Amino acid sequence: MIQVIIGSGGINTMLDFLALIGRQFLSKIAGFGRASFILFYALFAWPQPKNFPLVITQLYNVGVKSLLIIAVSGLFIGMVLGLQGYTILVDFGSEQSVGQMVALSLVRELAPVVTGLLFAGRAGSALTAEIGLMKATEQLASLEMIGVDPLRRIVAPRLWAGFISMPILSMIFAIVGVYGGALVSIEWLGVYSGAFWSVMQDSVDFYDDVLNGIIKAVVFGIVVTWVAIYQGLESIPTSEGISQSTTRTVVYSSLMILGLDFVLTVLMFGDI
Amino acid sequence: MGDRENVIKISHLRFKRGDRVIFKDINISIPKGKISAIMGPSGSGKTTLLKMIGGQLSPDAGSVSVEGTVVHDLSRKALFSLRKKMGMLFQSGALFSDMSVFQNVAFPLQVNTSLNAEMIRDIVLLKLQAVGLRGASHLMPSELSGGMARRVALARAIALDPEIVMYDEPFAGQDPIGMGVLVTLIKKLNQALGHTSVIVSHDIQETLSIADYIFIIADGEMLASGTAEQIKNSSSEKVQQFIHGHPDGPVPFHYPAIDLMQQIMVGDTGDHREWGH
Repeated sequence: MIQVIIGSGGINTMLDFLALIGRQFLSKIAGFGRASFILFYALFAWPQPKNFPLVITQLYNVGVKSLLIIAVSGLFIGMVLGLQGYTILVDFGSEQSVGQMVALSLVRELAPVVTGLLFAGRAGSALTAEIGLMKATEQLASLEMIGVDPLRRIVAPRLWAGFISMPILSMIFAIVGVYGGALVSIEWLGVYSGAFWSVMQDSVDFYDDVLNGIIKAVVFGIVVTWVAIYQGLESIPTSEGISQSTTRTVVYSSLMILGLDFVLTVLMFGDI
Repeated sequence: MGDRENVIKISHLRFKRGDRVIFKDINISIPKGKISAIMGPSGSGKTTLLKMIGGQLSPDAGSVSVEGTVVHDLSRKALFSLRKKMGMLFQSGALFSDMSVFQNVAFPLQVNTSLNAEMIRDIVLLKLQAVGLRGASHLMPSELSGGMARRVALARAIALDPEIVMYDEPFAGQDPIGMGVLVTLIKKLNQALGHTSVIVSHDIQETLSIADYIFIIADGEMLASGTAEQIKNSSSEKVQQFIHGHPDGPVPFHYPAIDLMQQIMVGDTGDHREWGH
């Protein structure tokens, strides 16, 4: 690569290339700085009681409206886990453990991760598009001119709504998933229901499994909402710019969820 | 222009966006209580200038001061409180799409004053009456025509009885009737409320008909300034081209390019991005 560059354009092209890398790096750092400022400023803006109704509205937009897709996905994933788990475990004569398998995979991994991915696609993209359009139609500028800080009025309630709703959605996903697994295993495949539930109850630990799953969901909720809002605020106010930012929200937050999930899993369960 | 009282003073303003120089050296003094118009071709930075007066952008050099305070030196808090004295009509109207017409106009009063609900209601109805849309108070912004949306935005901009009202391209994209309504409204509101009006526009006839003072910017510099009469009688060719809308003149019709015959002979498209591959 470097040889090609030097060969074709000489030392100047090489320097341009280095300058380009430097510029990209600096702009990424500056972007991260702006994003951090938005996060911290909006978080410190929380204690105003008059903004509370705004948080409720956003909880509805971000959380309640994502409920259906989360519940349906949870049901299907739970059912698939039950079916797959049964077909493997039945060979070892331990099909009663299918409850344990379904519950642990859901609570530890699938509920926070899949909910996070769906949340990025459903709520994150909507947040980016909404804020991007507010910017394009000068609504943010007009708030500023009225003397209202958009970070407090627009950004903070949305961030908090994302932080709060994501762990709840993840728990709902896990619960519906467990019932989906039970439906397939007990009703369809004939696993003894007493064994299904008691093995699950014995093996799932509140602190090790449930709490760690919730911590993951909280982290993913922060990541998705933060990325979505930053991308909305930084979007280029044209139709093309907003579509790019929306795509970026989904791509970046999905990748960050998967990457952070690995890191968190190593920290939580890696010492076995 | 004598010893009039200036409410906005812009001196030696310089501003760059990326590598593009928007303002080289701009000096403008806007008199109190009058209608001043800032005119110029598209892309000459007129809207940028309004954003600087409102403190949404800071200049690279020079200063913008409103009522004696330098806008870009203010703290965030002081800036927000200065903005309560300013109303701005955005080009798109910028109505909050999740609020009704009534709520839009009430919003600045709710967040910036401690008036009770009945007083706010009365003020909102009066402002809507002034723009002729009291009957539309229950509509959502998506149900309004472009002209109506701009009038609602105007009612919102004057809700707090600001001392300065800024209009960003108020006539752009309006039908003839809507245009006439806005021209009359801006003039009447200025006379009735006594605020200072700053209009940014490139609609020549409408602007010349109501503005007391006109400033024409082009290429980052002040091309001409004066009363409507003085501008009409200006000897500058550029000013004449601008106000009469001649397609060619000192501001060329053609984007800079190599000679046409030469380009045809060479067989070059001029588009050096790789297209069609």
